[in-house]
Amino acid sequence: MKRLTYSLTATLALGLGAAAPAWADGVLNIYNWGNYTPPDMLEKFTAETGITVNLDGYDSNETMLAKVQEGNTGYDIVVPGDYMIAIMIEQGLLAMVEPNKMENFHNVDPKWVDVWWDPGRSYSVPYQWGTTGFTVDTAIYSGDINTLALLFDPPPELQGRINMLNDMNDVINAGLRYLGYGRCNSNPDELRQVAELLQNSKQYWRTMDYSTIEKLTSGDVDLSQTWNGAAMRAREQRPTLQYAYPVEGFTGWMDNVAVLADAPNMENAKIFINFIMDPENAAMISNFARYANGITGSEAFMDEAMLSAPEIVMPADAPTPDFVRPCPQETVDLYNRIWTQLKQ
Amino acid sequence: MTDLSASTVADNLARARRISESTARRRRLQLLMPALIVIGIFGLFPLTITATYSFLSPGTYGGVRWEFSTDAYVQFLFQRDIFDDTLSFSDSYLRIIGRSVGLAFVTTIGALILGFPTAYFIASKPPNQRNLWLFLITLPFWTNLLIRTYAILLIIRDEGLINFALVGSGLRSTPLNILYTDPAVFIGLIYSYLPFMVLPLYASLEKLDFKLVEAAYDLYATRLQVLRRVIIPLARPGIVAGCILVFIPGLGAYITPTLLGGGKKLMMGNMIAEQFGASRNWPFGSAAALILMTVVMLALVVYVRNSGQGGRRHG
Repeated sequence: MKRLTYSLTATLALGLGAAAPAWADGVLNIYNWGNYTPPDMLEKFTAETGITVNLDGYDSNETMLAKVQEGNTGYDIVVPGDYMIAIMIEQGLLAMVEPNKMENFHNVDPKWVDVWWDPGRSYSVPYQWGTTGFTVDTAIYSGDINTLALLFDPPPELQGRINMLNDMNDVINAGLRYLGYGRCNSNPDELRQVAELLQNSKQYWRTMDYSTIEKLTSGDVDLSQTWNGAAMRAREQRPTLQYAYPVEGFTGWMDNVAVLADAPNMENAKIFINFIMDPENAAMISNFARYANGITGSEAFMDEAMLSAPEIVMPADAPTPDFVRPCPQETVDLYNRIWTQLKQ
Repeated sequence: MTDLSASTVADNLARARRISESTARRRRLQLLMPALIVIGIFGLFPLTITATYSFLSPGTYGGVRWEFSTDAYVQFLFQRDIFDDTLSFSDSYLRIIGRSVGLAFVTTIGALILGFPTAYFIASKPPNQRNLWLFLITLPFWTNLLIRTYAILLIIRDEGLINFALVGSGLRSTPLNILYTDPAVFIGLIYSYLPFMVLPLYASLEKLDFKLVEAAYDLYATRLQVLRRVIIPLARPGIVAGCILVFIPGLGAYITPTLLGGGKKLMMGNMIAEQFGASRNWPFGSAAALILMTVVMLALVVYVRNSGQGGRRHG
């Protein structure tokens, strides 16, 4: 019933939106990852629609979820990662705004339409997508970089010069891939081996931290687990860095723009959803944060450096990115124990 | 100046005598009310929520389910075996508490050793100069802790100032590895909390009657004896206050271990924060926070009681 009401309002709004000029005064409150929203894109949005934008930032999906669960945040737009979209839809936190019926939806790359976290795109549209792998200084290590062995069994020149992400899932998933085991694993034997692998490899790691760009460019480490856009930003300051596409596999992720179910400015939020599906606007996002977006035609507006960057344009022989689903609580509990033991 | 304040005190006393005891009590209560309300709303209320949550079950994606459970407390000391589901003792979390307590303790001792001579130096200056020295001590507070910690990071890193000087002058061929080690955290914590040690120590030492020191010397006390038998006992309230002010925030320190420690080892603060994020176990996070608080309170009670008796013994 709730969904029906949403879809009714959405259809009505869409009809109205098509008839009236896209000039609706008011405000729009966006809650996005920190340092992730291009200011010029927001200015363009305000110039075109007359809607004033307020921007607020968060640092993890979980922080955002905790805040939204409290209700009455006043935010209209959130930008959750793939698995978080699935969780928020399940918990009824997102409005079914049906972007798939909007004017600019035909720009969305077909491969990002039927995604597991929002099949058919009734709730969300692509913001940016990327991969979580690692990047190595090829001036320090000249061998083959496309293997996770560099993280878990590194050559002497990289030992003690490695930064891992301070992220339970990213570290354990890399370990599972290196040993050839499945994600969201609750097999005790396999997990025990992963725990031993991590325990043993820890001696080679210098730090476990999210600030990967800074760690690499300051010369604190020569290898860091990182995201492809961050790897590109680091390479711009340290040209010998190279982003690896390990044969064992790596994580893929997508951040998606969605509207909260209790959004106070629902209509403005829908205008924004339609706005960022425009190739020119999507390109502004990519030029700012250095990740690919899922909008076809945006390449024409993107920086030259983005179009040829090896971090963004995946080589043909690289494995397909692995979009990891949220694990059941028993698995999270087991991961948590491995993680605590690793860092005790 | 002194005459004026003396007469004000006398007036106040006279006025106080005129007011009946009950009125005085009511006024005290009224004056206390704002503080009580703030503590009640922002202190006790969140604490009640934390205590309640620690006895509930974790929700699927964070949050809690309203089912009574003591699992959070059991989990702190025991873990279920991955194979046969039996409970066995686990010291993972105790070690994390142990490391936090150890580091806070070492920081307190370090700050005391550095802070005492500083406070003594300031207290022995002529009164008109003391304010300048105190001002210099509080100067770092004008900048945010995060920024100051970051500055330390820039100084001690491999390509930082210290290593630049060491390698550049030929004293060392390779940079000194300080950053991302326990000593780095120790340096950062001492730097951050030193003013909290110096200020209460100064408050005690300022009141110290230096005639007593002179008297001790006249009675042929050695310098060490003067320090141990006269100065330290008289400065004891300041030492206790300073140690408490350094130890407690040191125990829950979050920014410094994260930035300077490299994140390979969990501290109490980081471990608790993680429970509300990726670990999705709010009840356990709440329980861990309460356990930490209990440990701190017990330590404080024991410490204050012991030092209180010590103070009385020394007169």
